[in-house]
Amino acid sequence: MGFFLETLIGGLMAGMLYSLVALGFVLIFKASGVFNFAQGAMVLFAALAMARFAVWIPDWLGIGNPALANTLAFLAAGALMFVVAWLIERLVLRHLVNQEGATLLMATLGIAYVLEGVGTSLFGSDIYKIDVGMPKEPVMILEGSFEGGLLINKEDFVAALIAAVLVGLLALFFQKTATGRALRAVADDHQAAQSIGIPLNRIWVIVWCVAGVVALVAGVIWGSKLGVQFSLATVALRGLPVVILGGLTSIPGAIIGGLIIGVGEKLSEVYLGPMIGGGIEIWFAYQLALVFLLFRPQGLFGEKIIDRV
Amino acid sequence: MSRQIGEVILDLKNVSLSFGGVKALTDISFDVREHEIRAIIGPNGAGKSSMLNVINGVYRPQQGDIILRGRRFSRMNPYEAAKAGISRTFQNIALFKGMNVIDNLMTGRNLKIRSNLIQQAFWWGPARREELAHRAKVEEVIDFLEIQHIRKTPVGRLPYGLQKRVDLGRALAMEPSILLLDEPMAGMNVEEKQDMCRFILDVNDQFGTTIVLIEHDMAVVMDISDRVVVLDYGKKIGDGAPDEVRANPEVITAYLGASH
Repeated sequence: MGFFLETLIGGLMAGMLYSLVALGFVLIFKASGVFNFAQGAMVLFAALAMARFAVWIPDWLGIGNPALANTLAFLAAGALMFVVAWLIERLVLRHLVNQEGATLLMATLGIAYVLEGVGTSLFGSDIYKIDVGMPKEPVMILEGSFEGGLLINKEDFVAALIAAVLVGLLALFFQKTATGRALRAVADDHQAAQSIGIPLNRIWVIVWCVAGVVALVAGVIWGSKLGVQFSLATVALRGLPVVILGGLTSIPGAIIGGLIIGVGEKLSEVYLGPMIGGGIEIWFAYQLALVFLLFRPQGLFGEKIIDRV
Repeated sequence: MSRQIGEVILDLKNVSLSFGGVKALTDISFDVREHEIRAIIGPNGAGKSSMLNVINGVYRPQQGDIILRGRRFSRMNPYEAAKAGISRTFQNIALFKGMNVIDNLMTGRNLKIRSNLIQQAFWWGPARREELAHRAKVEEVIDFLEIQHIRKTPVGRLPYGLQKRVDLGRALAMEPSILLLDEPMAGMNVEEKQDMCRFILDVNDQFGTTIVLIEHDMAVVMDISDRVVVLDYGKKIGDGAPDEVRANPEVITAYLGASH
């Protein structure tokens, strides 16, 4: 029982991080109907910026305090993501209003390459580390209830907590504020949104900024776990099955989809692994996504696709 | 009726619009006076919806001017049009299907929202008071259109007739001075049509809103409009009071088909 719970909690915490990556996709898809292939590149770009600023800023300003240096680096990286969002709207999206989804998809693919290229030429292509003082040592909890207690990875726990708070705040923002409403309106129907005076351009800048911040947080968390390297861009691929499962248009879907996949991966690895050989963790999520594509293509919480004939 | 038809508020001069080689509108001129109900009629493909889309700024005409309250635009854009007090409904209902009725109507208040993103994010004093004020206004529209019972229903689930009404509601929530209606009664049954007619007349009468509408149902058009423009193959073939238009031989051949 203790072991099962341990696996379950590990899965939930990993799942929260998948949710965070998936959220980036969902935000942009909701607001513009574009599947943003550049999300992974944005995570990499943000993480690179964070890692380098954390080194450069103390040099430039002569700051010795690591907490202050990290805060400044985070703010600087955030500001940079705002600039990126603004440039994407200005240079790419503005010229593609009312175009086919496939056109926009190709555009985001282009953005991905540009971001990866510019990112590595600005910040270098070495492997960097981000050290924001995440606790590394595991802790034992509930030693009274189970024999040997439950071993919890503190770093995962903090990361999951941060992700949960961010996801919660964004969900509230989308549901409860006037700007959130305008974002959802744009997502549903560009033309109608324009006709009631919602400025598409501004909405897109806002949503790419938010996606940029989400990418930054994801980049910092994953970067401090795995190190900042080129493969960070592929972290976004782990978000794909999550959005298929949860539905591309649903923020709660991204959360729950992430959790299901996190838990599913860990449990299947531990309990099915011995029977059919290990390595299930790697493909489990994609297999699950495939099943969903067959039987419930809109995902668990996505809006059902109904065409009036 | 309490309303008084006023000066020309919207004047279209020599508007021509084509898509590639297809001429959608050729040299169309007409005006709309304040507080009137102005109908645009014509057979299928006559260019009625294109005309509305030009006024609203969705399409940019190759030639011609749009003069709105004395200000000349060679082309509109939907945002400018909305800011200038033009709101519209759509032929194929373009509501935000994932949202409920209240939220759909609240989006219509978007231009009037003054609080900024940061204030909204923290649900801070001014933003909150403002939200409540807009909500009150939206409730007025809901009462006016008699859709209290579906306030919290996601619009995607509503029957067609009610969706049309919500579409009108969203346009009304903007408190427009000019309201463009693209076939507000298409696909409705008799009862729904009567309701819609009543709402259109009430909007015009109570709020003094200028209305430009496209409609297929001739009986309705002749009944509620003050003046009618007739288009056929992108050209204007008639313009005047319903009775004049009805008597116009060109209109009869083109549209009413009474000649054979």
